[in-house]
Amino acid sequence: MAPKPMLPELMQAHGISRRGFLKYCASLTSLMALPPLMAPRVAHALETAARPSVIWLSFQECTGCTESLTRSHSPTIEDLIFNAVSLDYHHTLQAASGHAAEAAREQAMKDHWGKYLLVVDGSIPVGNPGFSCIAGISNLDMLKETAAGAAAIVSVGTCAAFGGIPHADPNPTGAVAVSEIITDKPIINVPGCPPIPVVMSGVLAHFLTFGIPALDELGRPKAFYGETIHDRCYRRPFYDKGLFAEGFDDEGAREGWCLYKLGCKGPTTKSVCATVKWNNGTSFPIEAGHPCLGCTEPDFWDNGGFYKPLSVPAGDYRKYGLAAIGAGAVAGVAGAALARAGKARAAAAHENVDAHDLEK
Amino acid sequence: MNNPYFDLLMWARGPGFDIALIIFAAGMVIRVVEILVLGRKSDKAPAKGSPVGQGIRTVFSRSIPRKGLINYAPVTYLGGYIFHLGFFIALFFFGPHLSLFDSIFGFSHWWPEALSFQWPSFGRVIIESATALAILALIALMYSRLTDPVRRAISTFDDYLVWLLCVLPLASGYVAVNKLFGDPTLMLALHILSVELLMIAFPFTKLTHAVTFVLSRYYNGAIQGRKGAES
Amino acid sequence: MTATLERGLNALREQIDAPVASFFSSCVSCGLCAEACIFYRETEDPKYTPIRKLDLLRRIWKSEYTLFGRIANMFGLMPKVTEADLTAWEELVYDSCTMCGRCTLVCPVGNDLTMMIRKMREGMSAAGHAPTELVGAAGRHADFGSPMGELHPALHAQIKHAEKETGIPIEMDKAGADYMVLLSAQEIAEYPDVLAAMSRIFKKAGITWTISNDGFEATNVGIQLGNRDVARTLVTRVVEAAEKLGVKGVISPECGHAYQALRWEGPNLIGRPYKFEVVHIIELLDHLRAEGKLKTKGKDTTKVTFHDPCQINRRGGINREPRNLMHMVASNFVETDDAGTMNWCCSGGGGVGANERATDLRFKAFNRKKAQFEKVAPDKIVTMCAYCHHTLEEQLEEHNMDIEVQGLTELIGEYLDDE
Repeated sequence: MAPKPMLPELMQAHGISRRGFLKYCASLTSLMALPPLMAPRVAHALETAARPSVIWLSFQECTGCTESLTRSHSPTIEDLIFNAVSLDYHHTLQAASGHAAEAAREQAMKDHWGKYLLVVDGSIPVGNPGFSCIAGISNLDMLKETAAGAAAIVSVGTCAAFGGIPHADPNPTGAVAVSEIITDKPIINVPGCPPIPVVMSGVLAHFLTFGIPALDELGRPKAFYGETIHDRCYRRPFYDKGLFAEGFDDEGAREGWCLYKLGCKGPTTKSVCATVKWNNGTSFPIEAGHPCLGCTEPDFWDNGGFYKPLSVPAGDYRKYGLAAIGAGAVAGVAGAALARAGKARAAAAHENVDAHDLEK
Repeated sequence: MNNPYFDLLMWARGPGFDIALIIFAAGMVIRVVEILVLGRKSDKAPAKGSPVGQGIRTVFSRSIPRKGLINYAPVTYLGGYIFHLGFFIALFFFGPHLSLFDSIFGFSHWWPEALSFQWPSFGRVIIESATALAILALIALMYSRLTDPVRRAISTFDDYLVWLLCVLPLASGYVAVNKLFGDPTLMLALHILSVELLMIAFPFTKLTHAVTFVLSRYYNGAIQGRKGAES
Repeated sequence: MTATLERGLNALREQIDAPVASFFSSCVSCGLCAEACIFYRETEDPKYTPIRKLDLLRRIWKSEYTLFGRIANMFGLMPKVTEADLTAWEELVYDSCTMCGRCTLVCPVGNDLTMMIRKMREGMSAAGHAPTELVGAAGRHADFGSPMGELHPALHAQIKHAEKETGIPIEMDKAGADYMVLLSAQEIAEYPDVLAAMSRIFKKAGITWTISNDGFEATNVGIQLGNRDVARTLVTRVVEAAEKLGVKGVISPECGHAYQALRWEGPNLIGRPYKFEVVHIIELLDHLRAEGKLKTKGKDTTKVTFHDPCQINRRGGINREPRNLMHMVASNFVETDDAGTMNWCCSGGGGVGANERATDLRFKAFNRKKAQFEKVAPDKIVTMCAYCHHTLEEQLEEHNMDIEVQGLTELIGEYLDDE
């Protein structure tokens, strides 16, 4: 393999100043919830990173995660971070195809056994492994084989992290998350549909500089998935004031009021969308006027409907409720009939008494 | 991979709510139908006042305490008012709850335009003050129930259970909205589950009064009204 | 026939209807009924909490009149009502409740507890758990026409006396009179001056009236006992007498429960409306005043207060009328605290006054009225119920208070302008 240039040269080639690079490192530091003093260490680590080998496997996915990373806007420092690694296999991005591509993967695995970073996007079908194959190798086999020599795995996107959309009910392919198959390697989940580019690059930067970041109970880096969108949402004051958009074209929507009633999942969704935003900090779904779908959470596709508020029951309650009222009325009438029959019996048994019948 | 908190939330919003609603709706209908079908004999004494009018009036007027009584039982009266008002404000004027009522009764979907009214929701300061005051009132009421000889003597398991079932939704709602502790999804799930417990207990406990008070106040007013007496 | 537990339970079953079911369904055990109860307030004993006095009725309702209770009952979860329960509840249902109705007016969910005590007494009396004094009075009333026994001679003597005093003849059993006047045994025995007062007032107002030998007794111990069979028998005498004479109205005298018995329970006891109207004497006097047919001259200048009989005001709706009349004849009319609809009971009503076992409790309960009277310090207490009148005199004497008590009709008679 031809030696690749180090990050400083790449930056120069892309016309990014060192000042810009340091600024990026500072914001990355704060994003990762590291103390500001760490910024120079981050910069230093990135500049001198050992360019670990990265193998990127794409399974049942839509390529959205890769698109998010590479097409967001160009050129970005985020893709430079990717250039700071040696991306030895990524079937969307690599030039090679067919046997040559697979050979590259095998070669990289052999050369860096036990040290390479495995990035996965997409879920793995276990209903029938044949549902999704690459070069005749099932996703399941390829994952197992590649994971065996990996230092760590990054599950990029909700499909790899939690099963995602292929996993959605009724899950025809038996799709599962990486973590359901690989249990003996450190796994960093970077969910999102897709994840925010800077979050992906931030996680990689953290891995390159300080190793595996602190993770929550769902394997997500706490730095990026520690707070709910609702907590940081610029529309939160409207929620607090009780001002809600009731429709997509009503006054509330135009005024930019809270989208809770339109089904916003912000209150139960942990992500930095509201602060980091998308497209170089331009906007995020709620700012664009659409409720949060909750894509960084497991089973977001099945969590009660995108446009149903969180406070609204998700089942077939209205049908049951009406049936219950009907059944209740019948049972009530029956109960009262029993009571009335008892009363009638008591009345029939009533013996007229006079004043002299009142003593024992 | 599953998020157990989300699974709990979805159970609470799904089967949990369905079960609670079935028990609540069927149970309350049974309770009310039983009373109405039991019926009463028509009164043969010519009315001096207006039984029906006064019955309906009493349904509302009995919400105002009779002069002087408040001095004898200030905690019961004030606690009772604050709890009920606080609970109603939190229940009926918190935005997410409005979505719930809209969804259940279908105001904005099925009702004719003119009837599809929706009342406004209140802001956080009012909702949270109401919730906090309702909780404090419940604590005061429980203190009174435990220390006052009358209330202690007439209290049954029912009274203590209902107290707990009223505190839980208020407290869990407050915690969930303010993210005081716990995972937000878990707290929301627990809040909904606590409400479902309250719904399930409704037909079997004194909570029934929330509906039957209309009947009892009406009968009281009608009985007194027939005689032209106050009620 | 003797009283049995089963007969009592049966009577309770007969009493449960939609209002009772709604009342028990609505109780939140807030205890406010206790705060309104004179017996709780003056003893502070929680056993006198009104809703607690109804627990046996509540148990029957729950286990036999609700589907859920019925199911619980199948699993043996509902306690049965036993003979021992009835014995234990005697004190609560008869001794410590005058059916004054204050609890009914304060209950936040609107429970008519008083009406349910009345119903509880149906079961208690049918099961042989009514106080012996009331049972004895019922026997005398049934056999001799009055709870005090044979009162015809006394009545005739009082009528003669009144005729002599007023010079106005009182014709008994006069068919076609405007009104048939009833009297309570208490009035005949203790306060006969009311006869002369009525005689003069009616003459002046141009009202014809009579008294029936067949039905002159207004009281109805069946109501206090809580036995509708007895009550029906007694009220039937009055109804038959009035319908035989063809009067247009019957005057219910100054007696609390008599007004309840005649005007409100009677038609339901006999199962049909009367062919005459029932009017309370004070209601009628106020009506005459409004029509200008009742004129007085001069006023009592001493400090006078008024005691509202529970059954006539709170449970009878006659509140404004006596006050209109009081202002006609008293220049220094002062009200006690809580006067009017929320007045406190004299502690003798509902059969409690006749109940020996309740004597101490009754004297204790009167402390409330005593304190109210002491605050106002009246020279005279006027009332419109002979039994309140009787109880007040007895209690004032017991509590060493020297205040005159007078019936309102008698007071009006005193200042009647009959020139």
